[in-house]
Amino acid sequence: MAEFTLTKDAEGVATITWDVPGKSMNVMSFDGLAELEACIDDALADEAVKGIVVTSGKAGSFAGGMDLNLLAKMKEDAGDDPARGLFDGIMQMHALLRKIELAGMDPKTKKGGKPIAAALPGTAAGIGLELPLATHRTFVADNPKARIGLPEIMVGIFPGAGGTTRLVRKLGAMGASPFLLEGKMVEPAKAKSAGLIDEVVADPLSAAKDWVLTAKDADIVKPWDAKGYKMPGGAPYHPAGFMTFVGANAMVNGKTKGAFPAPKALLSAVYEGALVDFDTALRIEARWFTHVLMNPSSGAMIRSLFLNKEALEKGAVRPKDIPDQRVKKLGVLGAGMMGAGIALVSAQAGMEVVLIDRDQAAADKGKSYTEAYLDKGMKRGKVTAEKKEAMLGLITATPDLDHLNGCDLIIEAVFEDPKVKAEMTQRVEAIIPEDCIFASNTSTLPITELAKASKRPEQFIGIHFFSPVEKMLLVEIIKGKETGDRAVAKALDYVRQIRKTPIVVNDARFFYCNRCIIPYMNEAMRMVTEGVAMPLIDHAAQQLGFPVGPIQLTDETSIDLGAKIARATKAAMGNAYPDSPADDLIFWLEEEGRLGRKSKAGFFDYDESGKRLGYWKGMADKYPLADPQPDLIEVQERLMFAQVLEAVRALEEGVLMDIREGDVGAILAWGFAPWSGGPLSWIDIIGTPYAAERCDQLTEAYGERFACPPLLREMAEKGQTFYGRFNPEAKAAA
Amino acid sequence: MTEAYIYDALRTPRGKGRKDGALHEVTSLRLSALTLNALKERNNLDGHAVEDVIWGNVTQVMEQGGCLARSAVLASDLDESIPGLAINRFCASGMEAVNLAANQVRGGAGEAYIAGGVEMMGRVAMGSDGAAIAVDPTLAMDSYFVPQGISADIIATEYGFSREDVDALAVESQRRAEIAWKEDRFAKSVITVRDQNGLAILDHDEYMRPETSMQTLGALNPSFQMMGEQMPGFDKIALLKYPHLERINHVHHAGNSSGIVDGSAAVLIGNKEFGEKYGLKPRARIRATAKIGTDPTIMLTGPVPVTEKILRDNGMTISDIDLFEVNEAFAAVVLRFMQAFDVDADKVNVGGGAIAFGHPLGATGAMIIGTVLDELERQDKQVGLATLCIASGMGAATIIERV
Repeated sequence: MAEFTLTKDAEGVATITWDVPGKSMNVMSFDGLAELEACIDDALADEAVKGIVVTSGKAGSFAGGMDLNLLAKMKEDAGDDPARGLFDGIMQMHALLRKIELAGMDPKTKKGGKPIAAALPGTAAGIGLELPLATHRTFVADNPKARIGLPEIMVGIFPGAGGTTRLVRKLGAMGASPFLLEGKMVEPAKAKSAGLIDEVVADPLSAAKDWVLTAKDADIVKPWDAKGYKMPGGAPYHPAGFMTFVGANAMVNGKTKGAFPAPKALLSAVYEGALVDFDTALRIEARWFTHVLMNPSSGAMIRSLFLNKEALEKGAVRPKDIPDQRVKKLGVLGAGMMGAGIALVSAQAGMEVVLIDRDQAAADKGKSYTEAYLDKGMKRGKVTAEKKEAMLGLITATPDLDHLNGCDLIIEAVFEDPKVKAEMTQRVEAIIPEDCIFASNTSTLPITELAKASKRPEQFIGIHFFSPVEKMLLVEIIKGKETGDRAVAKALDYVRQIRKTPIVVNDARFFYCNRCIIPYMNEAMRMVTEGVAMPLIDHAAQQLGFPVGPIQLTDETSIDLGAKIARATKAAMGNAYPDSPADDLIFWLEEEGRLGRKSKAGFFDYDESGKRLGYWKGMADKYPLADPQPDLIEVQERLMFAQVLEAVRALEEGVLMDIREGDVGAILAWGFAPWSGGPLSWIDIIGTPYAAERCDQLTEAYGERFACPPLLREMAEKGQTFYGRFNPEAKAAA
Repeated sequence: MTEAYIYDALRTPRGKGRKDGALHEVTSLRLSALTLNALKERNNLDGHAVEDVIWGNVTQVMEQGGCLARSAVLASDLDESIPGLAINRFCASGMEAVNLAANQVRGGAGEAYIAGGVEMMGRVAMGSDGAAIAVDPTLAMDSYFVPQGISADIIATEYGFSREDVDALAVESQRRAEIAWKEDRFAKSVITVRDQNGLAILDHDEYMRPETSMQTLGALNPSFQMMGEQMPGFDKIALLKYPHLERINHVHHAGNSSGIVDGSAAVLIGNKEFGEKYGLKPRARIRATAKIGTDPTIMLTGPVPVTEKILRDNGMTISDIDLFEVNEAFAAVVLRFMQAFDVDADKVNVGGGAIAFGHPLGATGAMIIGTVLDELERQDKQVGLATLCIASGMGAATIIERV
């Protein structure tokens, strides 16, 4: 037995210790389940055993959750009938946990069972909490760093090992909802007050042992197994419960815009389960859990938001054989919004930061951004005075370039003008060490061009942050033509230090992210000029799972920025630049002084404080509303294809080197429909043949920008998928 | 085909559906039996004269549960050989009872029926029978369920009715109701509710507020704004279904929506031979019936498509109809009907509607068939159409013609 071991002491306590070899935190595997069952069977059958404690051999944690490959394996092993395989596998898990819960008691009298307690040294997530929920009492170490909860919903599934059914019966639908629907993870004290666990103690193992030896028959009968059980807050057809369930449906639907399958299935499991006895409810939970696992969205979400995001963070695309490149001293050139944000997140990661601007006042202003951020944290009790002082102490704000001496990474975030950037590059390279890596945080200028100003182009790279830096989770790293592996490793190690997710792409106009975002926004602008109602456009995007619609987003990022990019692109591309009604609209709004939220007028009207009042009615005078309005689906497909075709072209042209980066990057950078797993996953879900067919229809209806890329055409003809053809794991293994 | 005739139609007055309402002390069973007895008596019917009693009722739980129709028959002076059928098509239950009865007669399944309904809204709370559409996520989420008040506000938003528009309709409903009562136009139809000792309990519609004005209504806050914009946020659901709208304009409140009341109504329907047997003169024939399903989110637009359907199926046009009863569930429902067909407001709800009188859910459908018949007779006109919007997205209509 490798993952679970059973020991018995003289007092009659059987201790089952979960300790998966070679892992820093336990995860539940197939073997683990079988071993746990064997231990339980042994202990229940042994007359000398009076009580059982389940604990973990890992310091500071009980378990991180289910091995997500286990679910995939259940599906695979079932061959032609994956739903059957999943359902049966899940029911087996229920049977094991139910065996623990009933603990050998007499089914009629509920007497004679063996008390079973869980002793958690710390963090317990997913099955790591579902297992304790099936025991009779849970003791958790007084460890404020521990996090307790059921985060499944974050990756597109829900707690499917009885956690949903047990928590709702324990806390009621209302009480359970923050944990089930939001995946909220809390520290032990909060978990106790919420009712997720029973006790927070210094030594959970000994407390659990004491408890199992003294617990009475009545102590180990769960409320739902006792006569007269009533669900807290009321079942669905109880007057109070009715209102809760009506409200829950509306709130979940309103929040998810109907785009995510898991919360819906979760609510169904809760509702249907609440109407029947406990064992039937578990079976219902298993059916809905199977349903979610069979939905391609859950697989895609797990793949992008969990497995691949983590792989990229852990260096999946980092050049091998390059030694540790962690940054010790960072120079940030330009203390504007981006530079100030970069300084903040870097100091947060413990780096020494030199923040440069043309004069002391400008540099100080950049540093004050960190100070304001920390003050806000102090108000909320999240930051101590010592921490604030220490972090501010890491940032040197100065106009004096000599302070850059000793830096091992420079990030330039000055004005988006190639001349200004070139001059800065040369001046700074004269001061910094030979081996220092120089990065530009440009969002639009090609890295290869900027690198021409450098005497060490192999040490020159793009590190593209998104705004606001402290909030956005993605960093796009751009390799210029001559960028070397060490620069790439440096950028990746730096991004890892600041705890963001990196993608690495090759240099091309707008790199990867903006290359997809710009046509998406432009498509929305075009529709406005065609008289499509602005709310329809924004709602269409939101119903696809985008956090905000493209029109609102344009107002937020400002209309003159869009105009500036359009003009610069036009200048760079010359005659090759395609004229677009989207530009006409943007330039016109710019002329009208409607620059977006910052000018309190744009696609929306705003009040004095900058609060959105509503879409600007004047738009209809210039672009009268079309009658009839297009179908929602038509609007949605135009918005989607505008983005995903750019992702395909980026892959085709080698800008994207790994499809995982295309998918993870899209979700994190611009909120691309997370339920789909990303643009390439989305095409896989709708199928390449359908995608190619829609390209042809959209091209005919709206123009060449929807032309099917040759790669997609070929894949459609061969019936291929992106994750089949460009399987990143196979590539990694090779 | 056999013709189905209306020989009589009567109704109880509508009492306020709350503790201080006059009918609050009366059980659903007693009010039903009393209505059936009144119809039997004044038409000198035998106890076995009809084939069945079809009884509309929405909230079929507790005293309204257990097939109230059968209980009402047994509690009435009708013979036990008359069975009793309780039906629920929400707000059109009473109309559906009439339509079912008429179509049975037309199809030759019996000579005569009593059709009608009851709802004691002050005694059995609306919604207390549960509803999967509101709570079962598989339907509530996929059908974008919102409460009716939100639906009414969607209609106002989608079809451009302002707060002034809906309030004006409500004021007019009250004004017409007051005139109708002053002129005693309902004398033929309204019976007095009496206790077991023959003492009168209620003899007039008591919900009306004739003093209603644009000013008094203007002081009321919209009823559905909180649940729409804040908790639990039904407007977001409305916008999922109606994404071209920017926001929902909340205009409805207690003063321009139908009232919560108690009441019952019954209609005597039979073929020619039935009338001859009992020496009764038919007042009208039921010319056509129709029902339809519509989008459940906007929910209350049914009167428009069901009217289109009934006209189309019977080779008629809107100009063939002399008078309309369009149930005033919410002001926007009636405004939308008049907008869609471009009909003159003078022809619609001539003597006021449910905003003034209240809307006893299971009975109203039968009541308004009687109301439009009374008004056709008063104005000496021929053809009337009654229609209602229905919860969960349905519509029902009946066309009657005087003979």
